[in-house]
Amino acid sequence: MNIEDIIKPENLVFKKTGLLTEKPLSYCPGCGHGVAHRLVMEVIEEMGIEEKTIGIAPVGCSVLAYEFMNIDMQQAAHGRAPAVATGVKRVLPDHFVFTYQGDGDLAAIGTAETIHACNRGENITIIFINNGIYGMTGGQMAPTTLPGMRSSTSPYGRDVASMGHPLKMTELVAHLPGTCYVARHAVHTPANVTKTKKSIRKAFEYQRDKKGLSFVEIVSNCNSGWKMTPVDSNQWMEENMFPFYPLGVIKDIDAKTK
Amino acid sequence: MGELRLMKGNEAIAEAAIRAGVDAYYGYPITPQSEILEYLMQERPEERTGMVVLQAESEIASINMVYGAAGAGKMTMTSSSSPGMSLMQEGISYIAGAELPCLLVNVVRGGPGLGTIQPSQADYFQSTKGGGHGDYRLIVLAPSSVQEMSDFVKLGFELAFKYRNPALIQSDGAIGQMMEKVELFDQQPRLTMDQLYEKYGSWATLGHKRNDRRIITSLELESARQEQFNFKLQAKYKAISENEVRYESIMCDDADYIFVAYGTSARICQKSIQLGRAKGLKLGLLRPITLWPYPTAPLQELAKRVKGFLAVEMSAGQMVEDVRLAVGNQIKVEHYGRFGGMIPSPEEVLHVMEENIIKGTK
Amino acid sequence: MAKARGAIVVDKEKCKGCELCVVVCPTNVIRLAQEVNGKGYHFAYMEIPVACTGCTNCALVCPDSVITVYRLKQPVSEN
Repeated sequence: MNIEDIIKPENLVFKKTGLLTEKPLSYCPGCGHGVAHRLVMEVIEEMGIEEKTIGIAPVGCSVLAYEFMNIDMQQAAHGRAPAVATGVKRVLPDHFVFTYQGDGDLAAIGTAETIHACNRGENITIIFINNGIYGMTGGQMAPTTLPGMRSSTSPYGRDVASMGHPLKMTELVAHLPGTCYVARHAVHTPANVTKTKKSIRKAFEYQRDKKGLSFVEIVSNCNSGWKMTPVDSNQWMEENMFPFYPLGVIKDIDAKTK
Repeated sequence: MGELRLMKGNEAIAEAAIRAGVDAYYGYPITPQSEILEYLMQERPEERTGMVVLQAESEIASINMVYGAAGAGKMTMTSSSSPGMSLMQEGISYIAGAELPCLLVNVVRGGPGLGTIQPSQADYFQSTKGGGHGDYRLIVLAPSSVQEMSDFVKLGFELAFKYRNPALIQSDGAIGQMMEKVELFDQQPRLTMDQLYEKYGSWATLGHKRNDRRIITSLELESARQEQFNFKLQAKYKAISENEVRYESIMCDDADYIFVAYGTSARICQKSIQLGRAKGLKLGLLRPITLWPYPTAPLQELAKRVKGFLAVEMSAGQMVEDVRLAVGNQIKVEHYGRFGGMIPSPEEVLHVMEENIIKGTK
Repeated sequence: MAKARGAIVVDKEKCKGCELCVVVCPTNVIRLAQEVNGKGYHFAYMEIPVACTGCTNCALVCPDSVITVYRLKQPVSEN
C-alpha cells in the first residue's frame, strides 16, 4: 500500500480543529500552550457551543490567545480575567465563558480576582497554565517557581526564606465552596493530553449545568525560560514539577463516593 | 410630568440606573457613595427589570467586570469615590483603549490619600486629563443638583454608546448626600438579545460563528497600526469636542465679572451672585456641565467683554488651568478654593471676587 | 516487512521542529529533516513511513497542530 492510498479523506483520523485560526502560534517551539489551546477549542467544537462561547485572554505569553482561538474573545488586563469573565457571564448567563491564564497572571497579580470568582461560584471555567515562570517578560520568578529553581530574578535559585514559597492555587481554590470541579493535568504525553481533554470537557459541562466554577490547571513547560530543549524540559517537568504539583482530579462535586 | 420624589443624589443615580434600563452595575462600597449600591440592592432590580447588581471584591474587580459586560454590548456602570476611582484607572484606560461604552460615577471626596470623606472637587485632573495611562479621554458630566444626578445617567449612556467611549459623572460628596426634589424619567425597557445583536452585534462579543468573530482588545503591538488607532481615537475626541460641549450661563448677559464653577461650587456661586447684585455688582456664572469637553468657546466669547474671571473650586486650582487655557493672559483670571472637605461660603466667595478681581480691574 | 497502516502529513512551514512528536512515536517513524523551512526550523517528516500505524500520538502532543493523521479502516493483511 502506498502512502498516497492512505492519505485519503475517508482515512482521516486527526486534523487541526477549525476553531484554531490559520495564524502560526506565537509560542516557542515545544511550548505546552499550543496543545492547551487546541484542547479547549476541540471541546468547544465537540460540544457545539462555538457561537455561545466567549473566551477571556490574559496578559503574558498567551496575551494573543484571541488571535488563535477562532471564537469571540476579550483581552483582559493583567490578572483581571476572572473579573472580566464575571462581568460577561452575569449579563450572558446562558453563554459559556472561560478564562485562559498563566501563573503570573492568575496566581500573583490576579490572586484576588481568581479567589473571589471561585468563591462566588461564578459559572465560568478557568484554564490555568502553570509553567513556574514569567515567560513573556523573559523568565522571571513566578509565584509558582519551585524552591531552589533558577530564574532571571532568582538567579541563584528561589530562596524561600527571602522570596517566599510557591503558591498552590489549585489546591487553594479546591477548598472554596464555589468551585465544583478542580483538576491538575499535563499535556506533554498522549495519555496526559487525553486526560486533560476529558477534564476540560467536564469543566465546560459543569458550566453548562450551572454547578459553579470549574478550574483546570495544566502544568506545562517553559523550555525557553528554563533554558532547555523542549524534550529535556518535559523530562525536567516530570522530575521536578510533578512531585510538587501532583496531577489528578482534586475536586469533583459529582464524583461517586464508594 | 414624571414621578416626583425627595431623594439623595446617590439614590437618584441608582433609581435612574434602573429606569434607564441598565443591564448591570458592579460596585464596591466607599463613602460617600455607598447609597448607590445599597439602594440598588434594596430595590431588587433583578425583579424590576432583570438588571444585574453585584458587589465585587474591589474597585479593580468592579471596573474589569464593567469591561467584560460592556464588551458584550450591555449597558453597564459602576460608581465609586476618589480612592476607589484611583484603583479603577487601569481598567478605565483599557476600556477607553478597547472603545467600550459604559458609565462611571465618581462622588468625589477630599484627598490626597485616604484624605477625608467630606466633599471635594480635587479629582478634576484625574477625570479630565487622563488618570490612567495613554492618550485617552472620558466624557465628563458634572451635575450640580439631584435632578441632574438622575438626568445625567441617561445622558451619560447616550453619549457613551454614541461614541463607544466611557462617560463619567463627576459629582461630589455634597450632591451625593443632599436631598432634593427630583422628577424621575419613565422606565425604559432593557434591550432584548435580538435587539442587542442588531444594534451592537457588529462589535460586541455576544457569540458568533468562527471566522466571523468579535475581539475586544486594546493591544496592537505593531507600532504603525497602534499609531493609526491613536489617530482614530483622536478623531473621535475631536468630534466629541465639537459636538458635545454643554454648559449653563447664568446672568452673564450684562455681567462684568464671571464666576466659573461646576457642581457644588456652582450652587454657592449662584448665591454669591445674588449677594453681589444686591450691592450693585454685575456678576454672572459660567457653569461647565461637561468638564470634558470643556466649554472653551463660551469663555472666549465672554472674555471679549467682561473684566475678569474667578474660578471657584473645592481644590487647589485644577479647572482654573482650563479657564486660563481658554482666555489666555489678556484678562484677569484667579482661582479660589477650599480643600480637604471644606466648602466655601457664598460670602467668602463674593469677598474674594471683590478683593482679588474687582478691585484690581476697576 | 510490515506494511504501512497509517500516515502523517506535516505542515512543514508551520512546524517548529520541537521534536516532541519524534519522542512519542511508538514505532520511530518520525525524524527532523536536515533541511530547514522558511522560518529556519528543522521540520518533522516520516523517515520510516512503512512503520506508521496512524496512532495519532504525534498529533496529540504537537503544540502547533501541524500534523494530520490518516489510518486505514481495515487492518492490512500481512500475507
